[in-house]
Amino acid sequence: MMHVFINGVSVIGPGLDGWECSLPVLSGREAYVEGEMPRLTGGRLPTAERRRATAVTRLALEAAERAISADVDPRHMATVFASSGGEVEIVHRIFCELATAERQISPTQFHNSVHNAASGYWSIATGSQRASTSLSCFDDSFSAGLLEAAVQAVTDGASVLLVAYDFPPLPPIAQFRPLHAPFGTALLLNAERSAHSLMELRLAFDAHPPRDLSRMDDPGLEALRAGNPAARGLPLLAALAAREPADILLSCALTGSLRLRAQPCG
Amino acid sequence: MPIRHNVCLLNRFPDRRSPIRPLMQPLTLSHYTLVSALGLGLGATLTALRERRSGLRPCDFLDAGLDTYIGRVDGLEEAPIIGELSCFDCRNNRLAQMALRQDGFEEAVAAARERYGAHRIGVIIGTSTSGILETELAYQRRDPETGALPPTFNYQHTHNTFSVTDFTRRHLGLTGPALAISTACSSSAKVFASAQRLIASNFCDAAVVGGVDSLCLTTLYGFSALELVSDRPCRPADVRRNGISIGEAGGFALLERTGSGEVALLGYGESTDAYHMSSPHPEGQGAALAMRQALQRAGLTPDCIDYINLHGTATKANDIAEDRAIVGILGKGTPSSSIKGWTGHTLGAAGIVNAIVSCLCIREGFAPPSLNTETLDPEIGGWILLDELKRPIDYVLSNAFGFGGNNASLVFGRAG
Repeated sequence: MMHVFINGVSVIGPGLDGWECSLPVLSGREAYVEGEMPRLTGGRLPTAERRRATAVTRLALEAAERAISADVDPRHMATVFASSGGEVEIVHRIFCELATAERQISPTQFHNSVHNAASGYWSIATGSQRASTSLSCFDDSFSAGLLEAAVQAVTDGASVLLVAYDFPPLPPIAQFRPLHAPFGTALLLNAERSAHSLMELRLAFDAHPPRDLSRMDDPGLEALRAGNPAARGLPLLAALAAREPADILLSCALTGSLRLRAQPCG
Repeated sequence: MPIRHNVCLLNRFPDRRSPIRPLMQPLTLSHYTLVSALGLGLGATLTALRERRSGLRPCDFLDAGLDTYIGRVDGLEEAPIIGELSCFDCRNNRLAQMALRQDGFEEAVAAARERYGAHRIGVIIGTSTSGILETELAYQRRDPETGALPPTFNYQHTHNTFSVTDFTRRHLGLTGPALAISTACSSSAKVFASAQRLIASNFCDAAVVGGVDSLCLTTLYGFSALELVSDRPCRPADVRRNGISIGEAGGFALLERTGSGEVALLGYGESTDAYHMSSPHPEGQGAALAMRQALQRAGLTPDCIDYINLHGTATKANDIAEDRAIVGILGKGTPSSSIKGWTGHTLGAAGIVNAIVSCLCIREGFAPPSLNTETLDPEIGGWILLDELKRPIDYVLSNAFGFGGNNASLVFGRAG
C-alpha cells in the first residue's frame, strides 16, 4: 500500500470555520449545527485579484491557506485542486449572457470560468511556480484528488497540497445538480514523516464499488458529506480530528473505491 | 532502458558524454489516434500535414456570427452516441467516440484489457469545456415562465468536466483509476504526467490518456471578448499575426511500460507562471521551468532535441514568451513549428494534438512547417520552420501552456 503523511489540514463549510473551531464537531464530541458560511476573504490575494476572484475561488484559496502553518513556504509545494463543478457561478452568468442576442461576455468572466481558476489565483497569490493540477471526478472528486496528490507526493518526493472544494450550482442548473452547501478542505501531503506530521495514510485502489462506504454518525455532517463532493472527505477529517486509527472506504472513479488506513502520528 | 539514452548521446555527441540519467521510467505509446479538422485518424492527419492542407475554414459553427476561422470536425452532427451510453450524447463525447473508433484504437485497448485486466488500466482525459455546449443550448430554451432548463438536460453526462473521462472508460470497458484534468490549454499534456505517476506507483499497469475539446459558444465568444481571435487563419510567429483560430479535436494514446510502439514518453515537466490569469509571463519563466524539468526527467541535454512542437497559439504574448524560454534553454538552432495554423487552437485538446503530431514526426522522419506563417516576427529568435523539414527525428519537445499560467512540456523519443 502506498503511504503518505498528512502535515496540515483545514475545513470550511456552514458552521465549520476552520480546523480548530471544528474539532469538537468533527471528533464527535459535539453535535453539528449547520451555521453560517464563514466569510471568504481570498486571503493573501493581491487587491486587484481579490476583487476579480469568484466566491468559488475564494473558498478554495481560504481552504488552501488555512492548511499551511506560518513556517511552511507555499512556494515549495505542488498543488492539486479537486472540484466536481469548479466555477459554477461564473459559468451560469456566461450561459445567461450567451442566451441573449448580444452575447457580451467580459474578459474577466471568461478567464475566471476555467476549471483551474483557483489554481491560477493561488499561484499568483503565493508566487508558487510549482506544478498545479485541477481535476474533476464528479461525485468522487475528493478521492480522485487525494489519489493524484498522494501519488505525486510519493513519486516526486515533494510536498503536495490537495484542495477539494465545491459550490452548489445556481438555478436553473441546481435542479439537475443539487448540492447541499459550499464546502472546502485542504490536506498537505508529504512522502516523508516530519515533526508536522499529523497522520500516516495508506491508500489502495479497488475497482469494485465500496461495500461499506464510510459515512458520518452525525446526521447533519452526513447530509453535508452526501451533499457536496468535497465533503466526501469528511470521514478522513473525522479520523484526523479524533486522532484515532481508522479504516476509511471512499467511492473512487464512480465505479471503484479507495481504501484508506489512517494512523495518527505521535 | 535508461542506458539506451546515454548510448544514444554517445553516438550523437561522441565528445560530450552526458552525465545525466533519466529520472523516470519511459512509457511506450503502443497505440494512438487523432481526430481534428485535418480529418479522421492518423492517415488523414499525416496526409494533410504533408500536403500543407489546413483544416481551418470561415466560422460556420451554429449561429456564431463571428468574423473568424475555426477548425471544425465534420460529421459530428450525424454521429450520435446510441445504445447503452446514449445518456452521454453531446458534441464533446461524440468527438471522443469518433476518435476512439480510428486507427484500431478500441481494438488495441481491448487487447490490453485482456492482458492486464480492466481494473489495471487507468483513464485520464484532458478537457477544458467538456460538454457545456449542451448547457449553452439548454439556456436558450429555458421555460419562459419558470426559467427551468428542458427536462432532457443531463448535467452529469454532458456538462460535468468528468463526463468525457466517464464516457471513455465505459466505452472501452475499463475500471482502473480515472480522472479528468482541466487546466485549460495544458490539460491534455498533463494527462501524460498523471498517467506516468499512477503507473510508476503501481496503481495501474497501463493508461489510456487523451484530450477532447469541442467547439462551444463560451470559448468562441470568450476569446473574442479578450480580443485574441484572428479574423484570418492564424499565423503563428508571423509579424502580422493577430490572434488565434479556435479548433476542436479528440486524441488518445495507450501508455504501457513496455509495448510494441515506436514512440515513448521520456519526460514531462509541469509548472505555473505565478503571473497573470490570461497572459503568459513575458519572459516565459514558467514555460522554461516546464521545459527544463521535462528534459531533466528524460535525462537529455537540450541539444538532443531534434524538433520542438510549439504551443504557438499566434498571439504575440504567447509566441514571444515561448520563444524567449526556448532560446534561453535550447538556443536558436533547434527547428520548431506550431501546428495551430493546421488544426486551430484546440484548447483542452492542444496537448494531445501536439503529442500525436510529435509521434508522427518521429515515426515518419519529418517536421511540419508553421502553416500560414510568411514573414517571421523579427522579435522571434528561435528557428521557425516555414517549409517541411525532412530528416530523422529522434527526440521531440512538445509544449502546451494555458490560462491560469499553467504549463506542461513533454519529451517524446524512439521507444527502446
